[in-house]
Amino acid sequence: MKVIYILWLRELKRYLRSRVQIIASLGNPILYLLVLGFGLGPVFKRAGNGDYLQFVAPGIIGMAVLFSSIFSGLGLLWDRQFGFLKETLVAPVSRMQIMVGRTLGGSTVAVMQGILITIVCLIAGFRPTHWSAIPLALGFAALIAINFAALGMAIGSGLQDMQGFQLIMNFLVMPIYFLSGALYPLTDTKAVLKYITRADPLSYGIDGMRNVLGSPSRAFDPRLDLLIMIFVGLAFLVFGAYRFSKIEA
Amino acid sequence: MIRVTHLVKKFGDFTAVNDVSFDVAAGEIFAFLGPNGAGKTTTIKMLTTLLQPTSGAIELDGINPQVQQNQARQRFGIVFQDPSLDSELTAWENLQIHAVLYHVPGKIARQRAEELLTLFELWERRNDQVKKFSGGMKRRLEIARGFLHTPRILFLDEPTLGLDPQSRNQLWTHVKRVNETEKVTVFLTTHYMDEADRVAHRIGVIDHGKLVAQGTPKEIKERTGTESLEDAFLALTGSTIRDESAGATDQLRQFAKMWSKR
Repeated sequence: MKVIYILWLRELKRYLRSRVQIIASLGNPILYLLVLGFGLGPVFKRAGNGDYLQFVAPGIIGMAVLFSSIFSGLGLLWDRQFGFLKETLVAPVSRMQIMVGRTLGGSTVAVMQGILITIVCLIAGFRPTHWSAIPLALGFAALIAINFAALGMAIGSGLQDMQGFQLIMNFLVMPIYFLSGALYPLTDTKAVLKYITRADPLSYGIDGMRNVLGSPSRAFDPRLDLLIMIFVGLAFLVFGAYRFSKIEA
Repeated sequence: MIRVTHLVKKFGDFTAVNDVSFDVAAGEIFAFLGPNGAGKTTTIKMLTTLLQPTSGAIELDGINPQVQQNQARQRFGIVFQDPSLDSELTAWENLQIHAVLYHVPGKIARQRAEELLTLFELWERRNDQVKKFSGGMKRRLEIARGFLHTPRILFLDEPTLGLDPQSRNQLWTHVKRVNETEKVTVFLTTHYMDEADRVAHRIGVIDHGKLVAQGTPKEIKERTGTESLEDAFLALTGSTIRDESAGATDQLRQFAKMWSKR
């Protein structure tokens, strides 16, 4: 337990100390929020779907959480060779403890990023139906964080070089984001896109946030969102733990 | 303290370590020498539970590291070829995390951390982030950390790579002192023959996965009829250059060099 705690605390300390990085990592979501939120707003309204900022804000929060959490896992590539990970791999503790400590740490950091973006969204004019909805939405953000920190861990355990990292970035992380309905409603997607977007776990996480925050164009039942996020999250955790146990440093 | 018998490690068709046997006595400093790609790091990885041997037996302080992995890990400290400190954390925090990972009780951990930081001349800088340290300071901190849980054996994989002569000299002085005061067995690899000659009690030379000589530096020089250990080493392993093709790890190292000063 103490081992998990200290590894979690380590991730948190690293995050809080790298102020420049915090600001830098907020840049992308803020750009999306401003460019899309205000740029596509009029078109969205004309199409009869309501206020785009109200719709896209949960998607932008989801984006910040997704990137932060999946990178915490992909960072294993670097950490294994030049970082602290090696130190933990030869310590007399189980791989499971290391994996759990790191995943929880990465998820906590991702949720903190999500909180910062939520504040930015509120400043930009986003309004939930009720303020009490925000903690619930952050609960969904935490589920997104755990899901993708574990998935990142599973992939990061097997990465061998920087090219692999680029490959994952372009063919996994970006598609997960763009096929999630973060930026457009999933209510009237057709044919192939319909099935792909429904196979993307991030769709349910963001839809869950929309459900509790009362955003327009919600696609699924909030209970379905919750169930899928929990089950997929458990599956990713098991997968991540398995792959992590196979690392040969 | 370390007993290795008929150790073999194969990666597919390639035999990295081929039937290697040696003994290291308690309290001894043993230098493991060999050209690039000879099997040094692979052997250290097998000794430290990071790789499973294809065949053969290893015994560390009477324990089989393949079976009793955690008991074995508790008994050794290791300093890797590549850095393994958390550079965002302070020297003190790095040691405290290590103490938790090795189940050292808080009070003892603080006491021991203070002792070691003082010995390794880092006490004044204990609350500085490691990223502000020089290469030599980082190395010293890693070695101090390796001693924190009072291991019986310390493994050092090319600890002086990239350090200036002053830092190298100072580092070995510290290692020798702890070796004498705490009777820690030290197993090291290096490319600097003068260091091995000066520091090690006994030496093993590995080439193409096979142990080609072992004994005290004096014995090895006598056997090859050479003046210096460097000449003895060249006589044993030949003077052809081992051009390994760069693997993924080397590419990453290249990348790391671009981004950091170390």
